[in-house]
Amino acid sequence: MKNILKSTLVLLSVLVAFTSCDNASSKSNSGALSSSAAEKVYVAPGEHDEFYAFISGGFSGQLSVYGLPSGRLFKVIPVFSQDAEKAYGYNEETKPMLNTSHGFVPWDDAHHPDISQTNGVVDGRWVFINGNNTPRIAKIDLSTFETTEIIEVPNSAGNHSSSFVTENSEYVVAGTRFSVPIPQKDMPIKDYKGNFKGSLSFISIDPEHGHMDIKFQLIMPGFDYDLSHPGRGKSHGWFFFTTYNTEEASTLMEVNASQNDKDFIAAVNWKKIEEYVNNGGGTMMPANYAHNVYDEATHSATSTMKKEVRIVNPLDVPGAVYFLPTPKSPHGCDVDPTGEYIVGNGKLSANLTVHSFTKMLNAIENNKVAGDAYGIPILNFEDVLAGVVEQPGLGPLHTEFDGKGNAYTTFFISSEVVKWKLGTWEVVDRQPCYYSVGHLMIPGGNSQKPFGKYVVAMNKITKDRYLPTGPEVTQSAQLYDISGEKMELLLDFPTVGEPHYAAGCPADLVKPRSKKLFKLEDNKHPYATLNEADAKVVRDGKTVHVYMTTIRSHFAPDNIEGIKVGDKVYFHITNLEQDYDVPHGVSMIGANTSELLIMPGQTETFLWEPKQIGVWPFYCTDFCSALHQEMQGYVRVSPANSNTPLKWSLGEDIE
Amino acid sequence: MKRSNVIMLIASLLPLGLFFFPLWKITLEAPQYPIPLGMYIHINDFSDVHPHDIKNINLMNHYVGMKYIPEAIPEFKIFPIGIIITTLIGLIIAFKGNHKWFLFWFVLMIVLSSAGLYDFYLWEHDYGHDLDPKAIMKFTNPDGSVMGFQPPLFGSKDILNFRAHSYPRLGALFLGLGIIASFTAYLTGKKNNKKPVTM
Repeated sequence: MKNILKSTLVLLSVLVAFTSCDNASSKSNSGALSSSAAEKVYVAPGEHDEFYAFISGGFSGQLSVYGLPSGRLFKVIPVFSQDAEKAYGYNEETKPMLNTSHGFVPWDDAHHPDISQTNGVVDGRWVFINGNNTPRIAKIDLSTFETTEIIEVPNSAGNHSSSFVTENSEYVVAGTRFSVPIPQKDMPIKDYKGNFKGSLSFISIDPEHGHMDIKFQLIMPGFDYDLSHPGRGKSHGWFFFTTYNTEEASTLMEVNASQNDKDFIAAVNWKKIEEYVNNGGGTMMPANYAHNVYDEATHSATSTMKKEVRIVNPLDVPGAVYFLPTPKSPHGCDVDPTGEYIVGNGKLSANLTVHSFTKMLNAIENNKVAGDAYGIPILNFEDVLAGVVEQPGLGPLHTEFDGKGNAYTTFFISSEVVKWKLGTWEVVDRQPCYYSVGHLMIPGGNSQKPFGKYVVAMNKITKDRYLPTGPEVTQSAQLYDISGEKMELLLDFPTVGEPHYAAGCPADLVKPRSKKLFKLEDNKHPYATLNEADAKVVRDGKTVHVYMTTIRSHFAPDNIEGIKVGDKVYFHITNLEQDYDVPHGVSMIGANTSELLIMPGQTETFLWEPKQIGVWPFYCTDFCSALHQEMQGYVRVSPANSNTPLKWSLGEDIE
Repeated sequence: MKRSNVIMLIASLLPLGLFFFPLWKITLEAPQYPIPLGMYIHINDFSDVHPHDIKNINLMNHYVGMKYIPEAIPEFKIFPIGIIITTLIGLIIAFKGNHKWFLFWFVLMIVLSSAGLYDFYLWEHDYGHDLDPKAIMKFTNPDGSVMGFQPPLFGSKDILNFRAHSYPRLGALFLGLGIIASFTAYLTGKKNNKKPVTM
């Protein structure tokens, strides 16, 4: 018995020794200070995060604003989808934002946010994001965190290789994923090859207000233009697009578009085309596309249909476009901070192909052309190749850079982020993702100056990572610390919709410019009521305009009589508050629209079409003050043929 | 010019600082106001510390039935005239007068400033106690009397969820320095006067 005890003790002590050894070695591996992931993502109550992350909502059509490293969600900015919470696309002011050549389209698939840049560095003024389905590019103003402009992209379909910004925000670029007949026409689908075209749109950005205007569309062969990124630094003036389906198939694409051993990265010298266009080059083509602009002074959007667009045939600008052969249907097209390396993430390839900008220029200079596709020169693969990362993982999709000579690539199939070195192409580290990672983002990733402290991986599948919520579970992001040699997983956090890429920047770039309220004296809304004394109700035939104000804690007027069944009643409500974070809401029983959520100094309008006689209440929907529950009113609705006089009041009875 | 007169000259000019800097500041702190609400009292105006502060103070105060802070009060006309007149008197004294006149000006300023402060106190008292009988919220003191919301004349005080601070600002400092300087002028003049003439 004693012996058994003794040997057990010995065994235990050996085990303990091994275990502690193990602990010690794993600690030394990950660095002495890397022990507490929780500490690294903890942002104390009342403290602010170091970075903003703008994470796209994919099929939610929206853009969410998170803080890093905490992963806390601050706001979901409505962009391409109606949002009843904020009345976006429901109130009269923002309905025009969702106008297109196909009419009102209240949803889109929001993909790739990108922050405006100055001198190759993110400047935190605007975020651009593409609507993939009904091709559109939106601009979000980071002083209000609201969508202030949407331009539809004609001659495009599946607006996917978008919306990436050049290094001085000269252009936001939108490429077509699905080639289509240009102009659209009724034709057999089987005649795709040679007849369908892909357009690459260069949308100029007004440096002062950020207004977008399609400068030109490059009409390319009918491939699928998948993703893109601008050249920067030495390659500024060029833009790179990955392509797949160079087979030009139109059915059973998963097979038929995966036959060619190599597809292309299209290198576009946009400076050259810009010069050509500035000298009158290109042709104006009839088109029909919406340009929707929200004016902060009138708090209203207007939609204008544009009737033509300038198109450019690449063959008319020799030396402007080249094809770089890139293995196996490349997805992400990523340019390193120096502008030298162009990474083609060949999603069906076991290797990662990196092209050299210098070698590309060299090949062009020496006219080393391997052939052409529809007249566009194809360079030799070997002539432009900088290097290959050998067997880093399965299914490479996207690459970002830390500005310290490292690249980070996501692998969808092997579900991991792999860190490798630019120039030596050696794999340094790999970390699993949970699960099947798509995009990844380092703040400032699409710029000359990444802030290489964190990388956010955006996963397509979460399965068991969170408490289950029925068949549909959240998508998620994962935050890794990349400040050391090895990556360290710090945090999982759920996302809104499906995150297709994100953009991040230091909070200090945006925070000081964030507006607290709209000044009442700057309110130029045509139906604004800037004083409670001016509140009124005006009938114009069957249309009634209610000029209403809100201030804690009442509406003015709050009693209205003389409304009739069949009227169209427009409630134009001005929030007279001039204090930070005092919005008022409003909702009317039976209104076939959403509530309004009106920021201080703002005017918003909803339409109510009363269908039944009676006395119908309305109330404030945002808990504005201690007397919020008292913030309510009544509208008397009389029969259509009644003589009830139009009257309104506040604080006294209607006699 | 004698040294005491030079000091008196400075003394009489110092109160003019009231035209450039606020006299007083009232600050209201509360948890939901991480940036406190505040109001400057100038010799001829009320002004916001941060944009819209007065509007927001009024909004808060209407719940307990306090009147809106007026755009203008009669004092805004009287006080500037008072300061200009006393400065003019001070200047005349500085050029023409002796230390006895300096003392007179000192006493005059003390009396007028005290009157001003008392007037300010009365306004504050009225502002804090003359409440709308239809006030949304009515509070009573432990003894059953109606609670007033008068900000302190000087110092800090809790008023419901707010902590109110009331302190003089740079303008008041200029006035105070002027008054002290006039007394210094008086003392200097008096000392010099006692000195036997040595020439």
